[in-house]
Amino acid sequence: MTKAYAAIFSARFRTLLQYRAAALAGLACQFFWGILRIAIFGAFYAISSSRQPMSLPEVTTYVWLSQAFFRMVPMGADGEVRGLVRSGSVAYELVRPLDLYSLWFTRSLAALSSPVILRCVPLLLCAAIFFDLQAPHSFSAALACGAALLCALLLGAAIQALLTISLLWTIAGDGINRVATVGLYVLSGMVLPLPLYPDWFQPVLNFLPFRGLIDLPFRLYSGNIPAEQIPWVLAHQLGWTVALVLLGRWVLSMGTRRLVVQGG
Amino acid sequence: MSDPQIIVEDLRKTYQIAKRNPGILGALRGLLHREYQTFEALKNVSFSIQRGEIVGYIGPNGAGKSTTVKVLAGILVPDSGRCEVSGRIPWKNRIEHVRRIGVVFGQRTQLWWDLPVIESFDLLRDIYRIDPAAYAKTRDELIERFGIAPILNTPVRQLSLGQRMRADIVASLLHSPEILYLDEPTIGLDAVAKLAVRDFLRELNRAHGITILLTTHDMDDIEALCTRVMVIGEGKILSDGTLANLRGQVSSERRLIVDLETHTPRFAHDGVVVERCEGHRVFLRFDPQRTPAAQLIGRIASQHPVRDLYVENLPVEEIICRLYARIQA
Repeated sequence: MTKAYAAIFSARFRTLLQYRAAALAGLACQFFWGILRIAIFGAFYAISSSRQPMSLPEVTTYVWLSQAFFRMVPMGADGEVRGLVRSGSVAYELVRPLDLYSLWFTRSLAALSSPVILRCVPLLLCAAIFFDLQAPHSFSAALACGAALLCALLLGAAIQALLTISLLWTIAGDGINRVATVGLYVLSGMVLPLPLYPDWFQPVLNFLPFRGLIDLPFRLYSGNIPAEQIPWVLAHQLGWTVALVLLGRWVLSMGTRRLVVQGG
Repeated sequence: MSDPQIIVEDLRKTYQIAKRNPGILGALRGLLHREYQTFEALKNVSFSIQRGEIVGYIGPNGAGKSTTVKVLAGILVPDSGRCEVSGRIPWKNRIEHVRRIGVVFGQRTQLWWDLPVIESFDLLRDIYRIDPAAYAKTRDELIERFGIAPILNTPVRQLSLGQRMRADIVASLLHSPEILYLDEPTIGLDAVAKLAVRDFLRELNRAHGITILLTTHDMDDIEALCTRVMVIGEGKILSDGTLANLRGQVSSERRLIVDLETHTPRFAHDGVVVERCEGHRVFLRFDPQRTPAAQLIGRIASQHPVRDLYVENLPVEEIICRLYARIQA
């Protein structure tokens, strides 16, 4: 059975490889944003007199890591399924001998990981050589970060699968996509590292699943969260993943019952 | 007769459609208060199909053809009614069910848009978990049969419609389904490709006993392939039988075309209707039950110098047009 899902995964990856120019342009864009963000943080740290919860080198490293992995934060529903729903070709998704939730979860896994696999190595190499990306705090920090990244991918896929399922109601999904993208960027720590948010907001951020996407893995990397905390980090990520998968399956079962396939 | 492979009884399906008033004001009003219209796509559809039949399923646009196919394919859940395919309820045992069927929606592709055709085939092999040896055999046979070897390495987005359709039909057959649902499979194909598709479907049915349910607007498809035709209109089955039956139901008239030696502007005979004259050629319509063809021809030949004549059935198009007109009336 896994072979079928592996095939879906590899199809996405190969599709992406067809667009080399897009990959290069994306890479350039990542650098631009990375440099810009670091410049802003530099200015902010230079004028700040109070002690910040993250040091500037930690933030710089955090920014580069988040630039390298930013595609792991879902930007709304899966683009491929969106196209299928709009055109009505989603009918073909249902005539495959596959569990629809697993199929869409796999599509999300592929959509979130393949651009990262393509881009992260050159970006991280350049950032390490030219732009002050630090090495991991320790060997155990690197391991912890790796484990948390894998779980972040699962969590991201569970979130995206839920957004994809919402297409069964909205068809177009533009609105949800926009709201979700902004919300996820802010709450995951993509825009601003989460420790820099006000204290009163921290309990909310700590509770929500989204910090598992960016904040937790990359603070583990720099030792801002000690590697010994890894069981709690993974429990937070996986607990939310399981909850979101169950929710997604339930919503999907409601959705397929009322499904209307567009067009004749 | 064995148990039918496909059983459909009293199938109903309604859609809710949000009513939109035209214009910007109408659209704004729609944001505040939305009215829904109920559209009955299927009302009491019943039929059964035996293993190995080729059934044409026709009807005007919006009659419920695609909805029926989607229910049979396990994609849509009907509101009520019974539907069993090979003893399974499609939408309840969807995964088991779809493993044994092939589906082609002619207006859409099931191939991966950006990937070469052959890679889509390989992906389907993995998705359906087809045994590699069987897969290689089926695939090569299909590729040869449909003459798509030259396009195997072309990305789907660069194919012409005809090429894409052939690749799509091949894709639907790789897992050797028992039943094939074809929703307008010859739409947009050129004459040669249409003939190739028809030949192949006939062969597939003859050699492998595969059951085919075909919706189409191309009456030549029906004449060439189908032993049985079901007509649906406004959500109900209006006619179900052989093509000859369907003709009989609508009109038993035949057409007699006579080429005369001389120009005869006032051509008239008992029991015939003159449809039109084109130069020396006269088109006549008659009912063979009232006026036997041989008698009519004898009479005409004795009174006029005839160069040539022939009798034909009304073309299927015309039969269907009349039937549709009757539906709408």
